[in-house]
Amino acid sequence: MSVHASDHEASAAASNRVKRLVAELERRGILEERVLDGIVEDFLLHASPANGKRVVARAWLDAAFKKRLLDDAGAAVAELGIDMSHWAPVELRAVANTPRQHNVIVCTLCSCYPIALLGPSPAWYKSEAYRSRVVRDARGVLAEFGLQLPPETKIIVWDSTAEARYIVVPQRPPGTERLSEDHLAELVTRNGLIGTAAV
Amino acid sequence: MRFDVGDRVRTQNRNSLGHTRLPAYLRGRDGEIVRRLGAFPLPDVRVSGSADAPKEELYTVRFAAAAVWGETAQEPDVCADLFAPYLERAE
Repeated sequence: MSVHASDHEASAAASNRVKRLVAELERRGILEERVLDGIVEDFLLHASPANGKRVVARAWLDAAFKKRLLDDAGAAVAELGIDMSHWAPVELRAVANTPRQHNVIVCTLCSCYPIALLGPSPAWYKSEAYRSRVVRDARGVLAEFGLQLPPETKIIVWDSTAEARYIVVPQRPPGTERLSEDHLAELVTRNGLIGTAAV
Repeated sequence: MRFDVGDRVRTQNRNSLGHTRLPAYLRGRDGEIVRRLGAFPLPDVRVSGSADAPKEELYTVRFAAAAVWGETAQEPDVCADLFAPYLERAE
């Protein structure tokens, strides 16, 4: 899916505003650049799709963990040493795909995303095209990602409009019964965790 | 107003000129409460820098495709997280 040119322009404008704001805060002695860099680096150091992949692999292997994950995802990922509450209290929600239901995540208002579990979001996730179209024609948008769902599979779109962040737990692919947890984690893709891929 | 899982609700149809987390495409739509997420400071107030924004209950509300896009829409159903002040009880 391509990103529209206007998204790049909007992003560049926002980026310039942030740079000017940071420069002004530094000029007034409110903020030190190296302190800000440290905070961002520390956050991104641990923010990676490897976290989300690990969570899904564990859910595939451990039904009790999967139940806890769907019930209270924040507490369940904390069991694996993943901290969601780095900046502010965030409610984490995991939604599981089944043969009857496929889940896909969006933030129509901006670009809310579970960065701690998935790393920085891809450009298309922030594009106006994805955000406006997936809530209206999810099946068409997923097909553009190469995901053809059976007609009997219902699609639910989760619009992260407020304090909750979402991840999708894909269905475990058939023929993976003998794989280790690490190998299972390798099968999971970032798009699978957003819902724009099967796994 | 407080709601429980299973309650039918209607979203406000308000042309907000300020900050809101009620997306325009979900204004004036009927849905169902599917989860209570807890109470959080209302972003509509917090955005102005107010340190004492009131905490409001946040709910996941599920909307059938037809309720959002019109009766010929088959899919997808949409779930959004909406604060209590955006919601009223529906019949």
